[in-house]
Amino acid sequence: MSNDTIISSREATYAVAIAEAIAIEMERDPSVFLVGEEVGEFGGVFTTSRGLIERFGPERVRDTPIAEAGFSGVAIGAAIAGMRPIVEIMFSDFLFVAADQLLNQAAKLRFMSGGTLKMPLTVRTTIGVTGGGPQHSQSLEAVFAHLPGFAVALPSTPADAKGLLASAIRMDEPTIVFEHRGLLFTKGDVPKNEHLVPFGHAAIRRVGRDVTLVAYSRAVSYALAAAETLALSGIEAEVIDLRTIVPLDLETVTASAVRTGYVVVVHESHRNVGVGAEIAASVSEAAWGSLRAPVQRVCGLDIPVPFAQTLEGAWIPGPERIVQTVLNSLGDRGLISST
Amino acid sequence: MVIPWSRTPDYGERVRMTDPHLLKLYKMHVIRMFEDRCEALYREAKIRAALHLSSGQEAIAVGTCSLLVDGDVISATYRGHGWALARGMSLRQAFGEILGRTSGCAAGRAGTKHFGGLELGMVPTNAIVGAGIPIAVGFAMAAQMRGQASVAVAAFGEGATSQGVFHEALSLASLWRLPVVFICENNRYSEFTSADVMNPAHDFGQRGSSYGLPTATCDGMDLQTVIDEVGEAVERARNGGGPSFVVADTYRFCGHMTGDPQPYREKSEVEKWRLRDPIQLYSDVLRQAGVRDVDLDGVKDRAFRDVEEAELAASADPEPQLSEIGLGTPSWSPAMVAS
Repeated sequence: MSNDTIISSREATYAVAIAEAIAIEMERDPSVFLVGEEVGEFGGVFTTSRGLIERFGPERVRDTPIAEAGFSGVAIGAAIAGMRPIVEIMFSDFLFVAADQLLNQAAKLRFMSGGTLKMPLTVRTTIGVTGGGPQHSQSLEAVFAHLPGFAVALPSTPADAKGLLASAIRMDEPTIVFEHRGLLFTKGDVPKNEHLVPFGHAAIRRVGRDVTLVAYSRAVSYALAAAETLALSGIEAEVIDLRTIVPLDLETVTASAVRTGYVVVVHESHRNVGVGAEIAASVSEAAWGSLRAPVQRVCGLDIPVPFAQTLEGAWIPGPERIVQTVLNSLGDRGLISST
Repeated sequence: MVIPWSRTPDYGERVRMTDPHLLKLYKMHVIRMFEDRCEALYREAKIRAALHLSSGQEAIAVGTCSLLVDGDVISATYRGHGWALARGMSLRQAFGEILGRTSGCAAGRAGTKHFGGLELGMVPTNAIVGAGIPIAVGFAMAAQMRGQASVAVAAFGEGATSQGVFHEALSLASLWRLPVVFICENNRYSEFTSADVMNPAHDFGQRGSSYGLPTATCDGMDLQTVIDEVGEAVERARNGGGPSFVVADTYRFCGHMTGDPQPYREKSEVEKWRLRDPIQLYSDVLRQAGVRDVDLDGVKDRAFRDVEEAELAASADPEPQLSEIGLGTPSWSPAMVAS
C-alpha cells in the first residue's frame, strides 16, 4: 500500500491548498479555467497558481493584460456559455475597477434572465493589512455581501482555503473567495485529495461558556489569541469562524449567543456599515432575551489603512483590543471572574 | 418551408413567406410597429418605464441576425427591442416583458432594458453602456476553448466606444483572436448629445483598427450592405480569422428615450434622414427587383396584425405572483449550496 492511500491529509500552507483546489477542480471538470494577471507563467503573484500552467496549458491558465473589468466581463460571458471560470483579482482593492462587471452584471444577470441563466463564476481575490497602505490593504467583503447575488467566503485555515474554493467553483451562483495575504504561508492539516467545505456552515474553533467571539479570515486568529488571554482571567470565550458571510450561519452564532449572553464581532475591515453591524442586528433580533449586554464590534478603524507600522498596528483589531472590549462588556461579571 | 435563421416557429409558419427577403422586410416592420405601439402604451401610462427605441436602426439588427445560426450569440444594449425581435423573440414575449407579465422573456423581472434569452442565443441586453461588450467576448472565448464554430456579436452604440471596457474588450478579443464581431451602431447621438461634440476623433472605425481588427464602415440604413459587410466579418470569425469591427452608420429617428423633447437637433435634420428610412429603402429594392406592391403591402399588413394580436394577448397575460418574487435569485439554504 502506498503512502498516498494511507495518508489522507498532511501539513500544507494556505497558498499550496489554494493551488491544489484549483488543480483538482480543473482535473475533474474541463470547463474550469483560471484567468487573471500573472496567474500563468509567473505562477501567481502570491504563488497560488504555481505549477498550474505546466499541467493545464496557457489556454486554461490564462494570463491577461491589466484589464480587470475586461477580463472579468470575458469570464462572465464564458460562464453564461457554460464554462466555470475562476477570475483572480490580485488585490481586493482592484475589485472596484471591475465593479460594474461583477456587481451589475455577474450578480444580476440570472435575475435579469428570469432565472434561466446560470452564473458559475468564481472570483478569487486577496485581502489583509500587511503593509500595503491605503490601496493595497482593503477588505471589500461587506460590499459584496450588501448587494444580492454573490456568495462570499473568507477562509481562515489552509483546509478551508482548499475546501471553500472547491465548493465555490462547483456552485452555479457567482462566488467570491477572499484569501488573506497574511495567511498564505501559514500551515495546517489539509486533506490530500478532493475536499469540499460547504458554504453557510460556521466552525466553532474554540468552545467557551462566557462570551462568543465571532470572526472570519485572519481575525479568527486574533480572536483565538484573545481567548487565550481571557482564559488567564477565568473567562472562557467561544470562537466562531463564520467561513462564509453569504450565506451566513446565523443559527450557530445565535445558539452560542444564547449560551453565553455576550457577543463580540471581530473583523479586519472597516466597522461602519460593516459585517459586524449586520451580525449585531441579526443576533439582537434572534436572541434579544438572552443577551446580557449589547453586541460589541472590534474592527478596523474607519480611516484608510495607514502605512507606518505603528499606525497600521493600531488600525488592526488585534487581540488586545478584543480582550479590552470583552472585559468592558462583561463589566462586573468579568471582574468577578478574574478575581 | 424552413427558414434557417428564423428562430421563432410562429413567424415562419404564420407568415408563410417563401421568400427570405420578404421575411426580412416583415421583421423590420414588426420592430417598427412593436416600438410604435410601446411608445403609445408609454404615453397611456400602461408601461411604467421610459423606453429607448431604435426607430431607424432596424436594418442593422435584422441584417446581422439573418447571418447567425444556432449556437451563435448576441449581446446588445438597452436599445435592444429590435435585436431581440430580429433574433427571434416572439412578440408575445416582448410585449409580456415590457408590460411586466409572466409571459415576458424574463417573466417580468427585467423589463424593456433587458430583452434576451439563452434559447434565442441572446444575452439579456445591457443597461450599462458598453458593459455587454466583454460578455460577448467571453462567449467567443468559450466557443474557441471548446472548438465550436460559434460566433459572438457585440452590438453597441457609438457612445459606448468612449467607455473603458469597450477598449479592454477589443484588446482581449484581438490578443486571443476570438470569434467575435463588434458592431458599432453609429446613430449620431450619445443620449442627448451629438457624437460630433463628444468625440475627439470622428472615425469610429479607427477605434477598431487601433487594436489590429479588420474594420469596415457601412451604410446601416441599407439592409443588403449591412448583410454584405457584417457577413464578411461573421465568416471571418467562423473560419478562425478572429474578430472584426463594423461601423454601421445610421440615425435614431426617435429621441434617446420616450419623452425626450430633443432640443439638441433640428426637426429638419430628422426629416432629411427619414428619407433614408431603412424599411422604405428595402421596400424600394424589392419593388425594383420585381416584387409586387400587393405583396409588399401584404407583408406590412401581416406585421400589423401580428403586433396587434400579440399586444392583446400579452395584455391579458397574468402578472407575476408575489410568492415568486425571488425567481432567479439564489436560495442560500446550506443544503442547496453544499452539493
